[in-house]
Amino acid sequence: MNLEEYSGIWVFLEVKDGQIAPVSLELLGAGRQMADKRGVPLAGLLIGEGVASLAEMVFPYGADEVYLYDEEIFRDYRTESYMRAVLECVEKHKPEIILYGATSTGKDLASAVATDLQTGLTADTTMLDVNAETGLLEASRPAFGGNIMATILCKKHRPQMATVRPKVMKALPPDPNRTGQIIRETIELREEDIRTKVLEIVRETKEKVRLDEADVIVAGGKGLGSREGFELIHRFAEKIGATVGASRDAVEAGWIDHQHQVGQTGVTVTPKVYFAIGISGAIQHIVGMQNAGLIIAINKDPEAPIFQSSHYGIVGDAFEIVPILMEAFQKMPDKEVQYGGKI
Amino acid sequence: MLHIVACIKQVPDTKIIKMNPKTNTMDRSSAPAILNPYDAHAVEEAVRLKQRYGGVVSVVTMGPPPAVKAIRKCVEIGADEGYLITDRAFAGADTLATSYALTKAIEKISEIKPVDLVICGKMTIDGDTGQVGPGIARRLDIPPLTNVNKVVEVNQSEGYVIVHRKLEDGYEVIRSTLPCLFSVEKEINEVPYSPLPNMLRAARYQPVIWAVNDLGEIDRTLLGLKGSPTIVAKVWPPEKPKGGERLEGTAQEQVSRLMEILQEKQGLFRVKEEQV
Ligand SMILES: Cc1cc2nc3c(=O)[nH]c(=O)nc-3n(C[C@H](O)[C@H](O)[C@H](O)COP(=O)(O)OP(=O)(O)OC[C@H]3O[C@@H](n4cnc5c(N)ncnc54)[C@H](O)[C@@H]3O)c2cc1C
Ligand SMILES: Nc1ncnc2c1ncn2[C@@H]1O[C@H](COP(=O)(O)O)[C@@H](O)[C@H]1O
Repeated sequence: MNLEEYSGIWVFLEVKDGQIAPVSLELLGAGRQMADKRGVPLAGLLIGEGVASLAEMVFPYGADEVYLYDEEIFRDYRTESYMRAVLECVEKHKPEIILYGATSTGKDLASAVATDLQTGLTADTTMLDVNAETGLLEASRPAFGGNIMATILCKKHRPQMATVRPKVMKALPPDPNRTGQIIRETIELREEDIRTKVLEIVRETKEKVRLDEADVIVAGGKGLGSREGFELIHRFAEKIGATVGASRDAVEAGWIDHQHQVGQTGVTVTPKVYFAIGISGAIQHIVGMQNAGLIIAINKDPEAPIFQSSHYGIVGDAFEIVPILMEAFQKMPDKEVQYGGKI
Repeated sequence: MLHIVACIKQVPDTKIIKMNPKTNTMDRSSAPAILNPYDAHAVEEAVRLKQRYGGVVSVVTMGPPPAVKAIRKCVEIGADEGYLITDRAFAGADTLATSYALTKAIEKISEIKPVDLVICGKMTIDGDTGQVGPGIARRLDIPPLTNVNKVVEVNQSEGYVIVHRKLEDGYEVIRSTLPCLFSVEKEINEVPYSPLPNMLRAARYQPVIWAVNDLGEIDRTLLGLKGSPTIVAKVWPPEKPKGGERLEGTAQEQVSRLMEILQEKQGLFRVKEEQV
């Protein structure tokens, strides 16, 4: 394999609810830095039906080019059809690096593509860098259940690929003056060639918890003791307009739904304020919330590791402290203004 | 009669594992080896499909000889046959090399009895990638169906399956040709306590053990460390944020101090009035 033939950095642009997924914009931000370091173009790869108008939208976020596959066969995401488009495009234009969001779609697609290309794929990356001269991608990720961090390289194969966790890279502030080039691609692909059909897409009516977008999170752990105990978290969160988060042990105890789980196997969150209540602070939890602006821990064990990872700690019983806190919020000056403002 | 192969792995229990702080390697003796928890659900789903449609469940694993124990655990859950592929040549495999070796094993199992369906776990707790399942599917040239959280129908005579794939905000209903591969979510089933007859059978069960030479025509350059495009260049302990301020005093005093700090951020909070 002649590595020199491969040049340029690509980001797979995932479309979600008719928009470019936030993680794709984050990856354009990270990709832009790497492309500048290397002196190569940054391209987006956009696949779908009726998505042409979205292509324009990514130039302000740093892309120089967008490869666009806009065809009926791509209406729903399917591994086999999307994979064909990526494989063809790679063969034609030979990028040195491709980044995907570590979402269910991004991971599914990247795993299939990597196998066909016989190249390396680093999963759930949380740090990215590139060597300016060699173009070697340095993709780092937590390994062994978060017990270590590892940097993964792919020296002899191209493109180098990684899936990257949402919310760890930063999107650039959009620059409306930036423009770029849309490159329309076509592909010979018939519906009969695709072995899977999407019969129906069901959106759960249950209101989706947007933990990853929350400004304030009140998270509870095993220390709440029971499902009834966990109610305290709900009450506190509701009082201050926060979103409820949880540790895995609280989820596994059945006190709260998995979609509230923060951490390595849950959601990565970056709120302005994070309350960790009755959470011991295992590394797998910490990796999901350590980038919060202000972390406040309430735990009755003064030795609990959570205190190592929080800005302010209160040693005490949650059932004593939280009610006092709620009362204090109640008395917070000019709350009327804010509360009124909300309505 | 369905023939279902579940791919399973023995892993160190990363929840209680200790790391050697000098070398940043796992102290394997500190952690018991267990069946990858996600794979228990893969085996359980295979067993349920067997009960529903009739058939045979085989499990396959690539790993060191003690992985026989993980296979026995699968027999407890209800697997009929187990295959261990073990060889020094497999050592150091990344996901690409792992999917190659497992594909060769599944092809060999298929010679004994044609395989209709392959089921993998969502991910392993040590490798933690979820890439091996789709990799196997691509190599076998069967559709990869990831994030499966419900199997609606497996229709062997007409050669199709209908499943639910979990999405971030719901699920999609997929129809695929059979054979195919599922990677299943943990929530797809609950693994009950094993019935006594299974336990008894498992205790004595001896799986089929194959080395590289038993797998037929195989390209050795695609196995193990040699066949792995990715390398681990560096490992280091995750940075522990240094602790901040410990608030002092009585509960009331600590809360008052915290409220002072939060005043600066007050625009964030919308306090809900008590309802009287
Ligand atoms: C591969 C892997 C992935 C994982 N992924 C995640 C993940 O995504 N998210 C996650 O959270 N975990 C994850 N974990 C689990 C993680 O290792 C911990 O087991 C888990 O975070 C512990 O939850 P906890 O802090 O609620 O419970 P515990 O560890 O039991 O801690 C409870 C805490 O509450 C305190 N407490 C008890 N009573 C009170 C009281 N009345 N008032 C105040 N404090 C009290 C105790 O002092 C203790 O510190 C993962 C583990 C593995 C192996
Ligand atoms: N060594 C192995 N032997 C058998 N199956 C494996 C092995 N490694 C991974 N798998 C399967 O692939 C799934 C995903 O693994 P991973 O890509 O390592 O997260 C697992 O849940 C297993 O079903």
